[in-house]
Amino acid sequence: MFLFRLKRTLKLGIKSLWMHRLRSTLTALGIIFGVSSVIAMLAIGEGASADAQRKIAQLGSHNIIIETQDPPEEKSSTGQQQTLKEYGLTYNDAERFRNAIPDVQVIVPNRRIPQEAQYRTNRASIEVVGTVPWYPQISTLQVQYGRFVSALDMRYKRGVCVIDDQIVKALFAFDYPIGEDIKLGTDYYRVVGVAKEKDDTPETRQTASSEATSQAGANVGTIYVPLTTAQDRFGETNLQMSGTSGITMERVELQEIVVKVNDLMQIIPAKQSVETLLKKYHKKNDYAITVPLELMKRQQDIQRIFTIVLGSIAAISLIVGGIGIMNIMLATVSERTREIGIRRALGAKKKDIIFQFLSETFILTATGGILGIILGLGIPSLVEYYGNMPTVVKISSIGWAFGISSAVGIIFGLYPAYRAANMDPIESLRHE
Amino acid sequence: MIQQYHDNLNFDTDKPILEMRDLCKSYFIGEGELKVLKDINLSITPGEYVAIMGPSGSGKSTLLNMIGCLDRPTTGEYLLGGAGVSTLDDDDLSSIRGARIGFIFQSFNLISQLNIIENIQVPMFYQGIPEYESAEKAIELAEMVGLGHRLKHRPTELSGGQQQRVAIARSLANDPLIILADEPTGNLDSSSGSEILDILHGLHDQGKTLIAVTHDEGIAKESERVIRLFDGMIDKEEYNQKRNER
Ligand SMILES: Nc1ncnc2c1ncn2[C@@H]1O[C@H](COP(=O)(O)OP(=O)(O)OP(=O)(O)O)[C@@H](O)[C@H]1O
Ligand SMILES: [Mg+2]
Repeated sequence: MFLFRLKRTLKLGIKSLWMHRLRSTLTALGIIFGVSSVIAMLAIGEGASADAQRKIAQLGSHNIIIETQDPPEEKSSTGQQQTLKEYGLTYNDAERFRNAIPDVQVIVPNRRIPQEAQYRTNRASIEVVGTVPWYPQISTLQVQYGRFVSALDMRYKRGVCVIDDQIVKALFAFDYPIGEDIKLGTDYYRVVGVAKEKDDTPETRQTASSEATSQAGANVGTIYVPLTTAQDRFGETNLQMSGTSGITMERVELQEIVVKVNDLMQIIPAKQSVETLLKKYHKKNDYAITVPLELMKRQQDIQRIFTIVLGSIAAISLIVGGIGIMNIMLATVSERTREIGIRRALGAKKKDIIFQFLSETFILTATGGILGIILGLGIPSLVEYYGNMPTVVKISSIGWAFGISSAVGIIFGLYPAYRAANMDPIESLRHE
Repeated sequence: MIQQYHDNLNFDTDKPILEMRDLCKSYFIGEGELKVLKDINLSITPGEYVAIMGPSGSGKSTLLNMIGCLDRPTTGEYLLGGAGVSTLDDDDLSSIRGARIGFIFQSFNLISQLNIIENIQVPMFYQGIPEYESAEKAIELAEMVGLGHRLKHRPTELSGGQQQRVAIARSLANDPLIILADEPTGNLDSSSGSEILDILHGLHDQGKTLIAVTHDEGIAKESERVIRLFDGMIDKEEYNQKRNER
């Protein structure tokens, strides 16, 4: 009985909406855009956040990363440009961190040198990282074949190297790399291992490498050598040709020191100690400290604000859509005053009339909602494809969008339906 | 409540089907009170054919709407089938209208987006009669008023006389006890008007109680009783023997 009524009422609703196709479509558009914008905005926000979180997580949540930075120029004090610049992190710094910070798990000093690598006739621009055997502990690097740099390599300053999977692709193609010699600068290094960053999904690798190749002279990959070997063979001085002042010499001991603590709670105090130490020994502002955990927290805050703002914009557009519906339904009700009077004379109760108009609103919002969901799912994939931005559609956001739109439909439909039901039957019948 | 009311209704042929006692109806416009019906005392027996006449504005339609439970009296009593109507709520009144009363209007009042069958089905829908049953009945009624060949037509595709025939079919959908017609031929030419009257007379002959508002003395002469309203009061009641003799 109830189902039969529901069916008839919905059929009737569809019929009257169909009679005003254009009007109904335009009204539903408000809901379509509202719902799709809720879904799309949340998906884009969520995607950006997930991407950022993953990148930050790759830096290591227990790490404090201290990097050498080119200090601001001191031209003004001397009047002319220095030709030998000496700056950056030193081995002493690493030693001081080790002594001053309790609860340190490891400290990894790194030297990073851009180089040209050659295997037989294949060449590639790469980055040489002079590092210590415990480097894998502070990164997501995993040795796939062979081994990583060892303590003995360090002691004897051996000419060995570990290459990452990108280098394998670029230089070796089909050859088995281990045991082969690669030429870096003027010396040969024997490949003892192949390693790979763990968390990298193939997809992000691809975007990352396409980003990398788009930058002029960027590196194909990384080659790890013992720190002592790097120090010995590459020295600490870089020659740089610059257009305006000829040759500049730079002396940098270490490009990077990574401090890893045992306990997450120690991150902030450890960072403070690092800061104090650096302030004391580096008068020039030639370093930068990055704490991935802090970044992650900040990112989460930003994300929350982002979600709130995007969500509100989308919700407002849904409300605007709802007002559009209410507007149309009020017009429909006054247009159909006489019909309402007739139905009342023929035995319709107030609730029958409410049900009739509410079902029309419901049909409008439900179709609008479903089309909106389809569109809302389509937009993120378009953004992903053309905008090269990751997106994540959460099931909950679909639920939200549909819930809000149905609520909007019912709330904004109630008043017109209520008005229709409460019109005086006699006056409605007399209405022209 | 309403079921109980229906059960209490008493439609014996010798007792009045409806009764009004000192019924008044006023409209309140701003401060002033406009008395539209004044102390109406009226009693109609089942199967009677009553014509209501009177000058424009005398309250004929108001009285008819009152009889049809579209309106409530301001004071006084209205008994339908022996039971008071004033205590019933809006839902109950709707349900009485749907089940017991058939309305026929001067301007036909069909629903324009529905076709003939669907229009006739409307009252049955509100009584909860299933689709297949109501469709069958609607076709039967449409055939009875001579429109069996135009079932799928919309009201706008019909002449005035045809539309009024659909309206009559619709008024019969729930087998009402009372048929109320407010100037049923007012918008029609004389030939389609007399067609409509023939159908109505036929219904009366089948035993339906028929109450019609009219301006036409000729129509009034056909009825059994003429109630003449003047300025909201019953001015005169005349009894005709004519139809009974036929
Ligand atoms: N809603 C209302 N508010 C105020 N006055 C009303 C209202 N409805 C009807 N009236 C008044 O009640 C009086 C009777 O109206 P009614 O429609 O019953 O007249 P009638 O006899 O049917 O006239 P007609 O022959 O022209 O149809 C009129 O004076 C009218 O102005
Ligand atoms: Mg009238």
